[in-house]
Amino acid sequence: MIRHFTIDGIKVPFQERQTIMDAAMAAGIYIPHLCHNPEFRPQGSCRLCTVKVDGRNLAACTTPATDHAEVKSNTKKLMAMRRTLLQLLFVEGNHVCPACEKSGACQLQAVAYYCGMLAPEFTHFYPQREVDASHPEFAIDFNRCILCELCVRASRDADQKSVFAISGRGIHVHLTVNSPSGKLGDSDFDKHDRAAHVCPVGAILPKHTGYDVPIGKRLYDRKPVSMVGDVSDHEED
Amino acid sequence: MADKVKVATASLAGCFGCHMSLLDIDERIIDLVELVEFDRTPLTDIKEIGDCDVGIIEGGVCNAENVEVLREFRRHCKILVSMGACSINGGIPAMRNQYQLKECLEESYLHGMGVEDAQIPNDPEVPLLLNKVHPIHEVVKVDYFLPGCPPPADTIWTFLEELLSGEPIEFAYRQIHYD
Repeated sequence: MIRHFTIDGIKVPFQERQTIMDAAMAAGIYIPHLCHNPEFRPQGSCRLCTVKVDGRNLAACTTPATDHAEVKSNTKKLMAMRRTLLQLLFVEGNHVCPACEKSGACQLQAVAYYCGMLAPEFTHFYPQREVDASHPEFAIDFNRCILCELCVRASRDADQKSVFAISGRGIHVHLTVNSPSGKLGDSDFDKHDRAAHVCPVGAILPKHTGYDVPIGKRLYDRKPVSMVGDVSDHEED
Repeated sequence: MADKVKVATASLAGCFGCHMSLLDIDERIIDLVELVEFDRTPLTDIKEIGDCDVGIIEGGVCNAENVEVLREFRRHCKILVSMGACSINGGIPAMRNQYQLKECLEESYLHGMGVEDAQIPNDPEVPLLLNKVHPIHEVVKVDYFLPGCPPPADTIWTFLEELLSGEPIEFAYRQIHYD
């Protein structure tokens, strides 16, 4: 017997062990998310997929679907909360979209458009982390990293390399590279790694290919992320 | 004739690109001047801002004079609008926040290529730079934000039309971008 729950009144079937996010994705219902990628184990760090499940706020990506649950996602309150979360991500880093080659094809930006964020209204942190351009084919701007850990999970689980890790505590949490010098160029990182193609923002970027796509034809120029899908769905190795 | 809505605009640490985008409404500017009267703006000769209904600010805050002008605008405007990436998050000029102010000045005026008679400008007429570039909402309260570098003319027009007619402000998906 197929079991069901509802999202904003829409009946969604699910199978044993599926999360709310899995079942919603399978049913073609978009729930905003940044750290989730169905290829990897969910971790619930970005909190954007927070939905109301029978009256409680829970991350859709880590919450198992249950029979007859009443899930609310597209409510004014939840969208306002998502805008706040997005603003926090924007002020924590240096998200200078006009000078970022990921602009137009960035999931953070696209989700912010989708959620109707007009401006990050908090005090900006302006972090001063150094860019790592030591690798011949890839560069990392740590000031754009949103700590989704997709590169960490991809490198560990798909590439069996564990090139990346997250270290530090609180606001000092940052992405680190597993090599003697801490530099990407001295690690096992390769351009064909899955980890090279899962970053949803402009943190891990291929060199020499910036601004290749004309404005108007970039991933999210015409249609919102809810229709286009994730950045990693469109990345090639 | 009914009193027209008074509008002032200013460019702080901006590039004047947002003002150019405002002018990109093209012939609609004729409709606009039917509805509004411009007070202090780079488009008029008025030196001091008077009491206004709407103030539109382009550019972040990078020096002491920017702070003074911004506070003047806030004092005189019922509604203050933050227009463009620079006024919203510091924008490209805020990329200098990666460096010490001293490093920036020394690079430009002492060690830069082709610099002769090297000295950092020190006349009191020149406003002092702030240590960092800031969005305007870190200095004064802002009522509306118009994102974009620059915001498209259509976005600015939609905003002005809706604001002036008292409609709720709503934008189409393609009217909003940060770049």
